[in-house]
Amino acid sequence: MIPAIPQSFGLQRTWAYRYFVLSSIATELRLRVVGSRLGLVWLIISPLLQVAMYALILSTVMRSRLPGVDNRFAYAIYLLAGFLAWYPFTEIVTRCVTLFLDNANALKKIAFPRTVLPLIVLGSAAFNNLVMIAVTAVAFLLMGHVPSPQVLWLPVLLIANLALASGLGLCCGVLNVFIRDVGQLVQIGLQFGFWLTPIVYVIDIIPAGYRWVFGLNPMFWVLDNYHRVLVYDQPPDLAKLAAVVALALALLLLGRFMLRRSQAEMMDTL
Amino acid sequence: MSAPLLQLDGVGKAFRRYARERHRLMRWFGLPIPTPEERWVLSDISFRVDPGEAIGIAGRNGAGKSTLLKMIAGITRPSAGSIVLSGRVAAILELGMGFSGELTGRQNTFHAAGMMGFNQSEIEGALDDITGFAELGAFFDQPIRTYSSGMQMRLAFAVATAFRPDILIVDEALAVGDAYFQHKSMERIRRFQAKGTSLILVSHDKVALQSLCTRAILLDGGHLVRDGNPESVLDYYNALIAQKKGETITTEELEDGRVRTISGTRQAVIESAVLEDADGKPADTVAIGTTVSLVVKARAVEALPSLVLGYAIKDRLGQTFFGTNTAFTAQVIEAPQAGDTATFRITFPVMLGPGTYSIALALSAGESHLDANYEWRDLALMFDVVNLDKPPFDGKMFMPPVITVER
Repeated sequence: MIPAIPQSFGLQRTWAYRYFVLSSIATELRLRVVGSRLGLVWLIISPLLQVAMYALILSTVMRSRLPGVDNRFAYAIYLLAGFLAWYPFTEIVTRCVTLFLDNANALKKIAFPRTVLPLIVLGSAAFNNLVMIAVTAVAFLLMGHVPSPQVLWLPVLLIANLALASGLGLCCGVLNVFIRDVGQLVQIGLQFGFWLTPIVYVIDIIPAGYRWVFGLNPMFWVLDNYHRVLVYDQPPDLAKLAAVVALALALLLLGRFMLRRSQAEMMDTL
Repeated sequence: MSAPLLQLDGVGKAFRRYARERHRLMRWFGLPIPTPEERWVLSDISFRVDPGEAIGIAGRNGAGKSTLLKMIAGITRPSAGSIVLSGRVAAILELGMGFSGELTGRQNTFHAAGMMGFNQSEIEGALDDITGFAELGAFFDQPIRTYSSGMQMRLAFAVATAFRPDILIVDEALAVGDAYFQHKSMERIRRFQAKGTSLILVSHDKVALQSLCTRAILLDGGHLVRDGNPESVLDYYNALIAQKKGETITTEELEDGRVRTISGTRQAVIESAVLEDADGKPADTVAIGTTVSLVVKARAVEALPSLVLGYAIKDRLGQTFFGTNTAFTAQVIEAPQAGDTATFRITFPVMLGPGTYSIALALSAGESHLDANYEWRDLALMFDVVNLDKPPFDGKMFMPPVITVER
C-alpha cells in the first residue's frame, strides 16, 4: 500500500523524499564517473592542479613566508586551506542559481517538493568537499604539516560555510527564475569574490587603511577561520564564526520564505 | 453520497504580468504595488470526480485543458477556488516524465519514480513490471537520448503507471506510439479503472474519449461549457469547432435523456429525415441483412454555391461505423436557388450487429463540415438493429461468413 502524499509544502513532505535525495546524489556522482577513464579522480585532480598552478606562479611573487608558519611549503598549505573553503562555496552557489531553471523540465512534469533540489546540490557538494578534505590531509602530511587539535573545529566551519552558500544560492536561485540577470551577476560576483577574498594572498599585503573593507566580506570571515585552524594552529575567531552562522541562517530563512511566496508563480514562469 | 476523490470548486487560473519585475518581489514581501495585469486562462471550473470514473476533457487548443490538468496534478496552483484531492495522482503530461537524456532508462526510471515519492525498494519491486511494459530490451541501459520518441513514451507511461494511482491523468500521451502500444496502454488503463482508479484524459481522439470515458467535460475559452455523457458533449464540441460567424448551436434533450445538437448557419435546412424499410414504411427497428433507405428532404433557404448531404451511422457510444457524403459520391447539387428542395434517398443493407444506432446528418457546401456548415444534426434518427433470422453472432458488424468444416 502506498501512502498518499499530501499536497502540502513542508519539511515533512521533503523528509518523505530522503531516499530520492540520496539516490540522486549517488546518480550525480555516478554520472561523473561513467564515460570518463579517470572517473572520481577528476574530482581531486582539478582542484589540486589549480593549487599547484597558483603555488607555482604566485609563490615567487609571494616570496615572503607566511608569518608564524615554519614550512617551505607554507604557501601551498595556505592555498589548500583556502580552496577547501572556497570550492564548495562556489560549487553550491553556482549550481543553486540555475537550479530551478535546470530542472524546469522535471518540475513541469512531476509534482514534488522543490526543496529536494537544493538538498541534492548540498549533498553532492558536501561529498565532493569530503573527498577534497581527505586529499588535502594527505597533501598536508606529505608536506610535513600536521595541524594542531584546533583542526577539530573544521566540521563546524564546514557546516557554517555550506549553510552560508546554500542560503545565498537559494535566494539567488529563486530570483533567477524571474530575473535572469541574477545568474550573470552572481557569476561575476563570484569571480570578483575570489580576488577580494584572501585565498591566494594573505590579508597582510593589503594596506592597513583598506583592510576594513575586506572585513565586510563574509567569505573573508569564513576563510580566516579556515586559515586559523588549518594553517596557523589557532582557535577560530568566534565572533566571525557567529557572524557567518547568523548570516547563513538569515539567508536560509529568506530563501525559504521566497521559495514559498514564489511557489504559485514559479511554475508559470518556468 | 460518498466522498469524492477530487473536488474542484470555482477553480480559476490567472497569469499575472507585472509592470516591473521588482513588483513581483515586493508583493512577496507584502509591499504595496500597482495592480498587476491578469490574464485568466481558466475561470470558475467546478466538478467532482468519483472513484472509478473516467473523464474526458475536450476543447480547442488554448481552451485551458493542460492548465487544468497541471493544477489537478499539483504542478501549478490555482489562482482562485479550491482543489480537494484525497488520493495519489499520477500524471503523464506533455509526452514525458522529465527524463534527462544523459541518464539511462534505468537511471531515469529511478529518478522519475523517486520524484513521484517512491523509495529505492519500492521502485526495485516495480522494475520488472516497468521493463516488461516498456519493452526496451537492451536499450533500458542506454542513455535516453538514443531513444526514439515512441520508446521514451513507452518508458514514461510504464513509470507513471507502475504504481496504481487513485487518479491517472493522461494528456495526449496515447496519441504517440504504435497501435500495439496504444492497445497495451488502454488495457492497463482499463485494468486500473476496474480496480477503482479514476481517469482524466485529454485527447483529440474522439474514439479514445468515447471508448474509455464515462463522462466528458468541454472547456471553451477557459470556461466549462458542457459536462455530461461523452456522446452529447463531443457532439457539441464537434459543432463548436465547426462554428463560424452567423452559426448557431442548439441542443434538445431527447426522450431517452440523450442530447441532440443542431448547429450551422441554417442557410439550408433538413426538412425531414426518415428511415424506411424494404417496403417503404418508416421503421425504427430493422432486421440484420435487410435493405433500408434513409430518405432526407433538404431545402435551401437562400441561394447557395453548392449543397452536399453527409450522413454517419454511429453506435451508442457515438463511434462512427459508416459515413459518407454526396461530395464523395460526386453528386453535389450545384448552385441551388432559395426555396429549392432536394430529396436524397440512400439505400443500404443493414450489415450491423444487434444494438441501438443513430444517424447524424449534415448539409454543407463541400466534403467537410468545416467548409461551410449549413446544418449539422447529431442524433437526427435513431434505430434498433435486431437479429431475426441469422445465426447468433457477436460484434457490431454483420459479416456473413461461409464456414466449411473438414474432418
